[in-house]
Amino acid sequence: MATRRRRTAFALLAGLLAIPFAFTSADAQTPKKGGILKFVVPDEPPSFDGHKETTFALIHPIAPFYSTLIRVEPENPNSGKFACDVCTAVPEPTDGGKTYTFKIRTDVKFHDGSVLTAKDVLATFERIVDPPQGISSARRAHFSMVDSVTAPDDQTVVFKLKYPSGAFMPALATPYNFIYQKAKLDQDQRWYEKNVLGSGPFIFDGREAGAVIRGKRNPNYHFQGKPYLDGFEAIFAKTQTLRVQAIRGDQAAAEFRGFPPKSRDDLVNALGKDVTVQESDWNCVLILTPNQRRQPFDDVRVRRAITLAIDRWGGSRDLSKIAIVKAVGGIGFPGHPLSASKEELEKIAGYWPDLKKSQEEAKRLLKEAGHPNLKFTLQNRGVDQPYTIVGTWLIDQWKQVGITVDQKVDGTGPFYAALDNGAFDVALEFNCQSMVNPLVDVSKFLGDSGDNYGGFKDPEANKLFDSMNRTGDVAEQRSIMRAYERRVLDEQASASITLWWYRIIPHRTYMKGWTVTPSHYLNQDLSQVWLDK
Amino acid sequence: MLGYIVKRVLLMIPTLLGAAILVFLLMRLIPGDICMLRMASGGGSVDPTVLRNCRAEIGTDQPMLAQFWVFIKGLAVLDFGQSMWTGRPIIDEIGLRFQLSLQVAIMATLTAIALAIPLGTISAVKQNSWIDYVVRTFSIAGVAMPSFWLGILIILGILITSKAWFGTPWMPPIRYVPLWVDPLYNLSMLIWPALATGYRYSAVATRMTRSAMLEVLREDYVRTARAKGVFRKLIVRRHALRNALLPVITIIGIEFAFLMGGLVVTEQVFNLNGLGKLFVESITNYDYNMTQALVMLVVGIFALTNLVVDILYAWLDPRIRYNR
Repeated sequence: MATRRRRTAFALLAGLLAIPFAFTSADAQTPKKGGILKFVVPDEPPSFDGHKETTFALIHPIAPFYSTLIRVEPENPNSGKFACDVCTAVPEPTDGGKTYTFKIRTDVKFHDGSVLTAKDVLATFERIVDPPQGISSARRAHFSMVDSVTAPDDQTVVFKLKYPSGAFMPALATPYNFIYQKAKLDQDQRWYEKNVLGSGPFIFDGREAGAVIRGKRNPNYHFQGKPYLDGFEAIFAKTQTLRVQAIRGDQAAAEFRGFPPKSRDDLVNALGKDVTVQESDWNCVLILTPNQRRQPFDDVRVRRAITLAIDRWGGSRDLSKIAIVKAVGGIGFPGHPLSASKEELEKIAGYWPDLKKSQEEAKRLLKEAGHPNLKFTLQNRGVDQPYTIVGTWLIDQWKQVGITVDQKVDGTGPFYAALDNGAFDVALEFNCQSMVNPLVDVSKFLGDSGDNYGGFKDPEANKLFDSMNRTGDVAEQRSIMRAYERRVLDEQASASITLWWYRIIPHRTYMKGWTVTPSHYLNQDLSQVWLDK
Repeated sequence: MLGYIVKRVLLMIPTLLGAAILVFLLMRLIPGDICMLRMASGGGSVDPTVLRNCRAEIGTDQPMLAQFWVFIKGLAVLDFGQSMWTGRPIIDEIGLRFQLSLQVAIMATLTAIALAIPLGTISAVKQNSWIDYVVRTFSIAGVAMPSFWLGILIILGILITSKAWFGTPWMPPIRYVPLWVDPLYNLSMLIWPALATGYRYSAVATRMTRSAMLEVLREDYVRTARAKGVFRKLIVRRHALRNALLPVITIIGIEFAFLMGGLVVTEQVFNLNGLGKLFVESITNYDYNMTQALVMLVVGIFALTNLVVDILYAWLDPRIRYNR
């Protein structure tokens, strides 16, 4: 019974339960071989090291060069299932859910011709889970449940966990976990920062700093017949207008991060059937964080008033026409089995269906707290989509209950400096993850997590989070998740969810085989993509 | 003249040192840090150990004086070290962009000269005629119109026109290929930004040429030449224009130096991977080493351009002698 429950838990928690809405249905044509895919990327990756970096700007041009141990199903990335990349089969856990044994394929080769073995996988995960002194591993914390990684022979890798965890497999499938060659790592742990040597569908074919990264087809790719493309060019283009025009003028076939509704409409109007639009809810959310080191935000009544004043249901309707936001949700990705239903959300402060009642309660709380005419500054990030648009909307929402707010818009650097130094009243920040895995994603709301800037401690929330992560029972996880959500969003109002992002990808119709996912990090190795030209 | 050049080159040292101190301090006054930006802006959690490692790796955990000493030592031997953002040698990163910026600057300067000198001269010679009014309107429009906005209009115009004429919209390439690799591709990309910036640049130079010409045409020696029956064309070309060019050359020199590092927005509009774009990226990325190197490069270009302009003065006007 326990095993079945764990299996169910695994299947449910494993990953992606997105709701992608493609304007055009996926076609069943036979893929054609050949051609160079050109796509635009808003930023250039600082280095080539996936273990170190956190930006999507690394994934889009670099992921096609690498394999990972497991990944989301490339043919059907929204199925919620994982598939092997360099392993032979996705294993069932043993030892009460604490041991995962992976068998490694024998036909995987690095681009220099050497065979990829379990030793390479081991060296890779040792670097990610427990990096050597001075080496940065950005996702080390995701593997806190891992007790040991071993490779008893060239075809076997064993992960032993400290406790069974539904967060392990999604962490393993994170697209940044590129398999590196042990020999290169032994030679220099930093070698991969400036060089590329993978076993993915494409071979690195050069980089022009600030301009382009090129890949060419890997003829020895371990998935026979793939990739379909002869190569790709990832062209860096900073401004959104230019990226839109590049697709319009056919200098690029796509941009894989996402455009606002207006750009989608412009492209559809200009190109008609030559452009295809794919859309999906996005595993990114804008969060309001009150700085509890400052008065009056240390008063829960004030924090609750701030969230009660926001009409999320109306905001979703109106803002989705102009900004990349849409879904109303709680702390977990909307639609995921662990996330709140509409009925459950409507019981949380700020989600009540009766807006007037909510606003009256906000006014009452402010009066009771001695701040009927509360004034504060909203610390916001100088990025139009969706930060400043949502920020401006929030100011109007607060005005309706008598709260006066100034918006301080900073560049990304000063914005994070203010957050890190606690130099803000209320911040509009974000949580953006690759795998849809609420069990890990919601750690953001813990007062002592590395990326919570609210300056508070809430042992009760920590207790709930721990017990949720240590149980394998989905029903129990869900029930604890509700209590945790209520604690964070309502009882303590230590954070307020605004709206979840919405991903809109208009691309040239001749680009086939690519499917939108709830994350701009996922399924970007381009092995499925082909050109119908 | 040689003595003057040596003196000017030596005077560049305190200028460069002043600029070095200023850029070093200003960069560190901006709140924020490269590691936080790199680790947090992806939206995931930030491990404090990772942040500490990152700061130690790039040296921002060192005292300011130690950082300044490293910078000055490097500057003395023209070694700017590595980019804090990419970890690659700065000289390589700048070198790639330099050729593009230089080509755009040269093309824009040629466009500006080709427009400004004939138009400014005709405008002055035909003062208060309809030709003068047209030229003045053209040049005022150029001054008033930001080149990046003109760039956007150019791109949209090309997209719309190509769609109307050929059925599919065409856009200039957005990826640079050197002139010697594929001249047609290179020019089809760079001609548009060169026109956009060259037009604004020419507008300033046209107005300067016109006013300088008007001044010179009223000089006694021009009147004397006329009285002696010298052809009008000859007076304009040989006597007036040459003397009127002194302030125009100053403007062209300053603008050329500006184009080498100042085409920040225009480079974004046309996706030019030039020095201006690198400048903005290095500042927004808190890449102190790169920003310092770029500032020093631009200061150096300005100082050298001024020197060249001064030398050109002497060539244009033999009365000017610097070694007296």
